[in-house]
Amino acid sequence: MEPNLFKYIWRHSRRDQVIILVIVVASLLIYLVSLELPKRIVNDAIQGGAFENSTTADFLNIALPLPDWLGGPIPLFGGFQLPQMEYLFALCFSYLFFVVLNGWMKQLVNTEKGRLGERMLRRLRFELYDRVLQFPLLHFRKVKQAEIATMIKDEVEPLGGFIGDAFITPAYLGGMAATALIFIFMQNVYMGLVTVAMLAVQMTVIPKLRVKILQLGKQRQITARQLAGRIAETVDGAVEIHAHGTSNFERADIVSRLGKIFHIRFELYKRKFLVKYINNMLAQTTPFLYFVIGGYFALKGQFDVGTLLAVISAYKDLPSPIKELIDWDQQRQDVQIKYDQVIEQFSPPGMMAPEMQAVVSDARLAPAPLLVQRVTFIDESGGRAVEEASLELAPGEHLAVVGSNNSGKEALAALIGRLVAPAGGKIMYGDADLASLPEFVTGRRFAYIGEETYLLPLSLADNLLYSLKHYPVRPRDLKDRALTRFEHERHETRRAGNPDLDIHADWLDLEGAGVGDLDGLEKRLGDLLNLVELSDDVYQFGLRGRLDPASADNDGARLAELFLQAREAMRGRLAQPSLSILVEPFDPERYNRNMTIAENVMFGTALKPALSAESLGDNAHFAATLKTSGIDGDLMQLGAKIAETMVELFADLPPGHPFFDQFSFISAEDLPQYQQLVTRLQRSGIDDASELDQRRLIALTFPYIEARHRLGLIDDALEARLLAARRTFRERLPRHLVDAVEFYDPARYNAAASVQDNILFGRLVYGQAQAAQKVGTVLSEVIETLGLKPRVIAVGLGYNVGAAGKKLSITQRQKVGLIRALLKRPQLVILNNTVSAFDEPSQRRLISQIRADLQDAALICVTNMPGLARAFDRVAVMQDGRIAEIGKPAELDRPESRFRALAEVSA
Amino acid sequence: MSIQEDVEALKRIPLFAKVEPAKLKLMAFASERAHYQPGDILFNQGDSADAAYIMLSGAADILVETPGGPLKVATVGPGAFVGEIGILCDVPRTATIRATEATNTLKITKELFFRMVTDFPSIGIEVMRVLAQRIEHMNVQLREAVAARK
Repeated sequence: MEPNLFKYIWRHSRRDQVIILVIVVASLLIYLVSLELPKRIVNDAIQGGAFENSTTADFLNIALPLPDWLGGPIPLFGGFQLPQMEYLFALCFSYLFFVVLNGWMKQLVNTEKGRLGERMLRRLRFELYDRVLQFPLLHFRKVKQAEIATMIKDEVEPLGGFIGDAFITPAYLGGMAATALIFIFMQNVYMGLVTVAMLAVQMTVIPKLRVKILQLGKQRQITARQLAGRIAETVDGAVEIHAHGTSNFERADIVSRLGKIFHIRFELYKRKFLVKYINNMLAQTTPFLYFVIGGYFALKGQFDVGTLLAVISAYKDLPSPIKELIDWDQQRQDVQIKYDQVIEQFSPPGMMAPEMQAVVSDARLAPAPLLVQRVTFIDESGGRAVEEASLELAPGEHLAVVGSNNSGKEALAALIGRLVAPAGGKIMYGDADLASLPEFVTGRRFAYIGEETYLLPLSLADNLLYSLKHYPVRPRDLKDRALTRFEHERHETRRAGNPDLDIHADWLDLEGAGVGDLDGLEKRLGDLLNLVELSDDVYQFGLRGRLDPASADNDGARLAELFLQAREAMRGRLAQPSLSILVEPFDPERYNRNMTIAENVMFGTALKPALSAESLGDNAHFAATLKTSGIDGDLMQLGAKIAETMVELFADLPPGHPFFDQFSFISAEDLPQYQQLVTRLQRSGIDDASELDQRRLIALTFPYIEARHRLGLIDDALEARLLAARRTFRERLPRHLVDAVEFYDPARYNAAASVQDNILFGRLVYGQAQAAQKVGTVLSEVIETLGLKPRVIAVGLGYNVGAAGKKLSITQRQKVGLIRALLKRPQLVILNNTVSAFDEPSQRRLISQIRADLQDAALICVTNMPGLARAFDRVAVMQDGRIAEIGKPAELDRPESRFRALAEVSA
Repeated sequence: MSIQEDVEALKRIPLFAKVEPAKLKLMAFASERAHYQPGDILFNQGDSADAAYIMLSGAADILVETPGGPLKVATVGPGAFVGEIGILCDVPRTATIRATEATNTLKITKELFFRMVTDFPSIGIEVMRVLAQRIEHMNVQLREAVAARK
């Protein structure tokens, strides 16, 4: 990257800078005119200066003001003859016009400067990010992601503000200062000299003082960046910190860093104000010199007082541009340092050439033998992990690489996978050096899968299809206004030097996946899910997942319709006597004894916290519903019974007894209060209880489930009254709660509930052994018969895998990594201990399935289980970085061979 | 069925006959009711043991796996306390129990069972008594079997 910030700015914004400069000059001219006008208004129009010789005056008489020796002024426009009053108005409105025009131009300049700055910032940020993508892979072990992020995000930000001012400010301020200085010189040469001398002192001393400030600024930047890095480390290492109880050590570290930052910042602050003080001093000593020197000359009679005043007033205009210039200069150095700092961090040795990643039209690569020729690799500790290893792999051949832990087999796979570069030797693919093949081609044709698969915090589908997204295959289909907007956007993108790759285009490389259309892709994905045995997991995600019927993404409305059919079928199945006792369906007209009282009244899924189980008691509408339907009295009675029972059951237990948490309606701390409450009630009855007590009693009944708690509290009459409350709750639902609850409606898909709950549409009955398993089996049968399993899997593919895929198990992540690689139908696959997290039978099964899918592709499989290697075409045994044995498994599997020894150790 | 009925049923079981009703009520409240249909398996031999069962009604077979297939060793009915060996000794289930009629049980988790025994020693003593009786009963059977062989 360009090391000089100014050259960088000039190169990329020359045109805009010149345009803005022109506008600035034009606005200055207009400014001058608008300064001239008041004088004319007063002198010519009001005091009648222009009307001394005639009754009318020239207005808008425009001439090109050429000096006499060039032939005198050339008239351009004769203008109008106006009487005095009209002349006054004409001048006044001209003044207004120029003022407005001037304001508008200033606004224009600022807008343009802003656009320019933002555009450059966008360019710079993109360029930095682009460089991150070109970092050699090993460099990522040295950089901290938080620091990189801070640099791209925060540290270049001030540059954006400065870029707009980079050339314009010095030009503008310099011009103003020069004008004022010339004016002073014209009044008196000595005064001019004094001014220049003082300015010279100011302009040499101040920048000197600022050197230290700049150094401190640099330190401040570095320490702040390191702080960001440390904080990220704390977050990443949280588990270790808690496991080892080292939080105080971490605290100490941050305390010391913050202390350092404090000192740097305070020092900076002190010095900044020192400079300010000296600057002001110098600026204000100059008038002192004027008075002394000017006064001296005036008394001597060589100078008139008017000139002295004129000089002083001109000087008043001088310091502000000078000061701003000095400020600008400081800002310049500041951003240059920031720029240097950032550029340095983004220029590691061994950056990938941009051509390696460029989109090319033809990414085909004829299958060719892979030749590893005397390759050596030196790891970061200086050890020779691979030493002069040679091997050859024909297209379609499957090779297993085995060896002990430090044999170098993983490093060999990393070399072939191009994760690291060899220190000696060569790896060839046919006639081409592997290192010279563009990433755009290898990324599509080869697949490397390591032990860890990084997953993006997106849906499972996004992660699985990630390997097909190499370039925008089909542009977006846009029309009319959307198209115009898109083109405008693209124009701006190009102006900022960003590539016009459209993230919203269709990136799926169906051809690369070997399928004709999206249905084909879905089928292939389904096959691969089966192949790596991930279908069942995804199916479960789907059952527990949610479907948004409004989403167009996976045809939500139709899917919801299908799941409603499944609900219907499920209801039919559950009508059988042996199953009907297991599930109590949601029926708006019946009380559900397997739901809590609160759920029975609300009868829907809460979409907002206002109606969640915890806050329902405080909800005004819920309370009003209980009151208007007249069941608050019933509930109080019921609450009293529950309180009584709880006090009876739990009174003898010591506080902190686990039963409180597990079974009680009342916590151990609250129990004494309820004990008193129960005593009070026995004395004076519920009607006399305080409002607080009444509310407490009602709230106590909310979590009560008749079928589970079995206190026999809810009879038919109470059920009927609770049903009435249910109706009231729904009918009188206030407008602000309309989207806070999704009611259980047999004819409607409930977007807030899982697919499983939507199909089941009821509650499992308490106390029925194995109800969950039995109902689960029926549910699966229903889904299977309706042919909905792929649909459920489709919902499951929408499952969000969480940050770095942490919501999946390690084996699931490895499976996702495998599918991702197989999906693009690679011609060379490197498995580097990929399925290591699995038990041996699973590894055996998976490897054989993968090999069947890769019949035409070459495969290198590094494994810790030599037993697996027997099925491969050939086996390479590595020892101390060298290939000790290579050949067909049957040839190697003889007494005394290294392969046999390895196999025996691991068996 | 309400918790009161559970308590009544528990009172009829010798193991709990001497325990205060309030404690039985707590036990009934804290344990889960589990209803089995004929043919349902309470647990299989070899499963890990997480709970014991008190049979409130119905009947179940106790089956032991033998090389010749499952062998029925006993039938249990209301009042039986089954599955306690697994949770007391922390061993996998030593037999399979299958309901032969519609059966109601109270499922007492391992945790709850030990809680009850520690909190209310009277229950512990009752458990000891029942187990001792069982050993005595087995000794008698063993003597008879040995005698029959001779």
